Amino acid sequence: MNRRVVITGMGVAAPNGVGLKAFSEALKSGKSGIRFIPELERLKFSCQIAGQPEIPQDMPEEYFTSLELRGLNSSGIVYGMISGIDAWKDAGLTIGPKAETDWDNGIIFGTGILGVDKFREAIHLIDDKNTRRLGSTSVIQTMASGISAYLNSKLACGNQVTTNSSACTTGTEAILMAAERIRLGKAQRILAGSCSDSGPYIWGGFDAMRILPHKYNNDPEAGSRPMSATAAGFVPGSGAGALVLEDLESALERGAKIYAEVLGGHINSGGQRNGGSMTAPNSEGVKRCIKNAIFEAGIRPDEIDSINGHITATSMDPTEVKNWSEALELKSTEFPYINSLKSLTGHCLSAAGSIESVASVLQISEDFIFGNLNSEDLHPEIEQLVTRDNVPQKTLFKEVNTVAKASFGFGDVNAVVIFGKFR
Amino acid sequence: METNEIIYCLKKIVKPYVQNDVAFQDFGQGTDFIKDLEINSANLVDIVLDVEDEFNIAIDNDSMDNMTTVNDAVRIIKSKQKQA
Repeated sequence: MNRRVVITGMGVAAPNGVGLKAFSEALKSGKSGIRFIPELERLKFSCQIAGQPEIPQDMPEEYFTSLELRGLNSSGIVYGMISGIDAWKDAGLTIGPKAETDWDNGIIFGTGILGVDKFREAIHLIDDKNTRRLGSTSVIQTMASGISAYLNSKLACGNQVTTNSSACTTGTEAILMAAERIRLGKAQRILAGSCSDSGPYIWGGFDAMRILPHKYNNDPEAGSRPMSATAAGFVPGSGAGALVLEDLESALERGAKIYAEVLGGHINSGGQRNGGSMTAPNSEGVKRCIKNAIFEAGIRPDEIDSINGHITATSMDPTEVKNWSEALELKSTEFPYINSLKSLTGHCLSAAGSIESVASVLQISEDFIFGNLNSEDLHPEIEQLVTRDNVPQKTLFKEVNTVAKASFGFGDVNAVVIFGKFR
Repeated sequence: METNEIIYCLKKIVKPYVQNDVAFQDFGQGTDFIKDLEINSANLVDIVLDVEDEFNIAIDNDSMDNMTTVNDAVRIIKSKQKQA
């Protein structure tokens, strides 16, 4: 079986916009979600800026019961529930007590680590010899699959319900795993997405690795500089993105609105050899991933209108653009447009792939290519490969039919998905 | 503390965990937390923690295992308060 897979619902909790409408507007206007975080200053972080979703105080009440809100201390679950429930509703599917178990619906919702603040609470109680005071919610808020379990308490899915984890590739991997399952006829609808907690316990390790920018604490919005000559490291971020992937036949039967089609994609690893390592990709692996994704999508490289890169704003940016150029066998004016959402949100880690996929799909459904902030001083090695015009600084409003979205992660893991306008 | 006073406090504590609102209207000494109020058994540990905080007592595991009805809870709270 090789069934066509379309996207019929989306939701997002991003640093620069919570909810699909706010996020779309933020993309078009170039609104940054990166802010100074006083908590990081207090804790003497080198990098004191971050991108985290701004959740209005009473918003969680729309997504959780009052009982679920008691002792809830896992920001990843809050972001994941907002994006996931929004996506499900957006697709016109039933939610809450009215929903009956549907054996054709599933959830693949990834995360890197979940509920670190809740885990910290538990660690303090346990070290104080007070384990019995943990209560009943410590486990469900800190198990990785807690996010898919919380979501399913509202969605009542009876197909596969799981959580994948592959560092910063997680969100894109979830989408491809969901598409594959639907293509094989094993499920009709899958909520695919990912989330990442906010806060010092998530970001501290990266600060210690000295891969975050430390010179922009007084100018947060200039801190995330993908493809810039002055890129100084990635700004840490958090949030969640969610997409309802659906069998085309089912979507048409239901009369669901269709944002775009998942044309294909590929997942691989560079094996941590030939330049690949725990923290850097093997370029051969990246190029194979891009080529195979294009092959599996059944398109030609020159049909790609825009690339939404992984591009985190580190010294690896020129290498990634070079890999794209070599894999597509396109350069200079032939090269597609290329942008990085991280200029507006920072690097949302395990949530990056899903939030950036939501942005990629919006570019197709609403016909625009969002501008890449802070790229005015384009890296000279990138300018040798592509023209200045290929990296738009302001949003371009034009027809967009095909977008290639890539995510790469620690451990030398890669995922590339190709989205296309539904025809 | 008088029995009625304890039951009044218990009713407040238990309210957020209740899944059968009709049975909750008849909340009294004979009410069973799981059978009548359909409280998720995992939440009983949370109720015990709330009771400890409200009445400033410690409830040991054996007492906890025997706390299935409002009557049980009243009895346990009274005996712990005496010990305190």
